[in-house]
Amino acid sequence: MRAVHELSICTSLARIVEAHADGRTVDVVHLDVGHLRQVIPDTLRYSWEIVVLDTPLAGSVLDINHIPAVLHCRICGARTAIEVPVFRCGCGSTAVDVVGGEELLVTSLDLAGPRTAAPPRP
Amino acid sequence: MGRFHYHADGTGHSHDQDHDQDHEHEHEHDHHHEGSVGDHSGYTTGGLRVDVLEKILGENDRTAEANRSDFADAHVHVVNMMSSPGAGKTTLLREVLLRIGATLRVGIVEGDIETSIDADRLAGLGAPVSLINTANGFGGECHLDATMVRSALPRLPLADLDLLVIENVGNLVCPAEFDVGEDARAMVFSITEGEEKPLKYPVMFRSADLVIVNKIDLLPYLDFDLPAFYSNLRDVNPHVRTIETSAKTGTGVDDVCTWLRSLADHE
Repeated sequence: MRAVHELSICTSLARIVEAHADGRTVDVVHLDVGHLRQVIPDTLRYSWEIVVLDTPLAGSVLDINHIPAVLHCRICGARTAIEVPVFRCGCGSTAVDVVGGEELLVTSLDLAGPRTAAPPRP
Repeated sequence: MGRFHYHADGTGHSHDQDHDQDHEHEHEHDHHHEGSVGDHSGYTTGGLRVDVLEKILGENDRTAEANRSDFADAHVHVVNMMSSPGAGKTTLLREVLLRIGATLRVGIVEGDIETSIDADRLAGLGAPVSLINTANGFGGECHLDATMVRSALPRLPLADLDLLVIENVGNLVCPAEFDVGEDARAMVFSITEGEEKPLKYPVMFRSADLVIVNKIDLLPYLDFDLPAFYSNLRDVNPHVRTIETSAKTGTGVDDVCTWLRSLADHE
C-alpha cells in the first residue's frame, strides 16, 4: 500500500505557509488534523522535512493538534466522540452528522523572533 | 497514529495518542474551530504568532469546483471509481463499456502510477481514454487530485460525452481525501480482500455512493463472511447502495450499467 498523501498535503501546506510568512522565518506551523483525515503524524512530519528541504521553510516544524471524531445525532441531539468507525449514535440512530474529525487546517504560524543575521542557506 | 485498528478477534481500538502528543495537553474538542485559534502547543518561540485558518487542501477543492463547473457546462456526469489494487476496476469497466458503449457516450480518465496497461485494456471499446501517469515528482502519487484530472480533460471530447468515469489509482486511503469534481463515488470492493475492510478503511467506504461487491463468483471457494461484510459496511456507511458483481461471469454488471445510466440521466 502506497499511502503517501501526507506528501501531497505537505506540498499544499508549504504554499500556504510561504504565502502567509511573506518572507519571514517560520519556526512552527500549527495544524488541526482530524481523526478521520487518515494522516499519520510521524509521516506528516517526515514529509514536511522533505518538502521544505532547501527552501526558506527548512528548519520549521509542524505542531499537529489531533481532533477526535465526534458525531452529532439528529434524533436525540447527543454528541459522541467515536473511537471505532461505527457511525451510529448510542440511541441507535444512524442519522448522525460528523461534527469533528474532518479538520485539515493551518491554524497559525509562529514566526522567529528578531535575528541579527539571516539563517544560513544551504 | 490517527487510524482505527481492528483485530482479528473483532475488537477494535485506536492508537490516536501514540505518536502525536509530544506536547503536554489535549483539548476537550467540543468547540468549533472557526475563530478559535488557541495555543495548542507547548512551543514558545518569543516570535510573532500569525493566525492563518486555511484549509490545507483548499486549492484542490477550488480546482475540483472548477472541474465540476466545466462538467456541468458540458452536460457530462462524472463518477470517481476507487478501489484497492487488483479489485477488478478495469475488468469491470471493460464489461460495462461492452454493454453500454453503444447507447451511452462514455469517456475514461485512467489514473495509474506507471504504465498504460489499463488504458490499453480499455482501448478499442469506443470510449475515449485519457491516461494520467502519476509517477512524476516524488516517485508517484497514490491518488488522483483535482489538478491531475483537470490536466486530462483537454484530451477528451467532454461536450460529446454523457458520462465520464475517472478510474482512480488503486489505493484504499489516499483517493478518498481528494475531491476531483465528481458527482458520485463508486467503490469496487472484491471479496478476496476480507470482510473487515470497511472498518480498516472507513473514510473511503463512508465516502462511497455505491459499493460494488466484486468477484462474487468466488464466494463458494473463500472463507469470506458476506453478512459480516455488510454489517461492517453498514456501521461505516449505513445507507450506501450495493451491487454484487462478477466481471468474469457477468453477474450484476447490468445493474452497474443501470446505476451509471441513472447517474447520466440525472439532471
